[in-house]
Amino acid sequence: MVWFGRGPVGDVLEVGVKVEVDIAALGESTWREYLVRFIFGGIITAVTGLIAKRYGPEIGGIFLAFPAIFPAAATLLEKHEKQKERSDTKARRAVAVDAAGAVLGAVGLTVFAFVVWLWLPRHAAAAVLPAATATWFLVGAALWIVLPKLSERLRTIVPRHSAAMVSERHLHARSRNRRADE
Amino acid sequence: MRAVLGGTLVSAFAVLGDVLKPKSFAGLFAAAPSVALATLSLAVIDRGTGYASIEARSMVAGAVAFCIYAAVTTRLLIRGKLSALLATGMSLLVWFGSAAAPWAMFLRSA
Repeated sequence: MVWFGRGPVGDVLEVGVKVEVDIAALGESTWREYLVRFIFGGIITAVTGLIAKRYGPEIGGIFLAFPAIFPAAATLLEKHEKQKERSDTKARRAVAVDAAGAVLGAVGLTVFAFVVWLWLPRHAAAAVLPAATATWFLVGAALWIVLPKLSERLRTIVPRHSAAMVSERHLHARSRNRRADE
Repeated sequence: MRAVLGGTLVSAFAVLGDVLKPKSFAGLFAAAPSVALATLSLAVIDRGTGYASIEARSMVAGAVAFCIYAAVTTRLLIRGKLSALLATGMSLLVWFGSAAAPWAMFLRSA
């Protein structure tokens, strides 16, 4: 939890941001890009089925959470950000923020898998799969709300060695060395 | 059938991710259970709930690996200053390693 809060994820998430729906964003992607995503999604689903058929559900199941679409989606996002005349650093940061959100989504995906694994043998699939999908979303959204706040709190409780602290330590070391030379 | 269902679900979740802001929230949809929903639905129809449940059990390992994969990608983009393609592509090796380890240790013989 601390790693999430203070590490690569907590560092890029923001506190108090509201979720908005921007339909105009659909126009940023071309029909070809939508087609690529459809084909990629179709291929990975077909390949997952083939792996399960050839090697069994124990191996095939692992690939149900294979990030096949992620590299294509991230590259697309980076391209769109650069088209908005943003610098490479800003475009990279936008992809990093998207990836940080994916970490939270993947935690939800883990819970999704647990729910399906444990409930499917006992309940109707028509109820379990929508319930697991709702759980995925709720877990991801809850983490998205809680983690930035946790990250902020951790920063105040346990301050990270900031650049200022490092340079201060560096100055101390230099003055110590100077005194030793004298 | 499998490919069309998978493609449709992947596209649907991707569109949701496109229209939602901020990007950190939209990122949740990059780890949506689109392929899983398509595959598990068909597995239930074709082979029954027991088979689909075993697939979901192994999926736990893949999903944990996805968490590590996305975190490593974030780190590489921020600190490593790599391009999106390079960072996401290189991290796939991390996914394979992270998925294989828990699967072999806990889920293989479960």
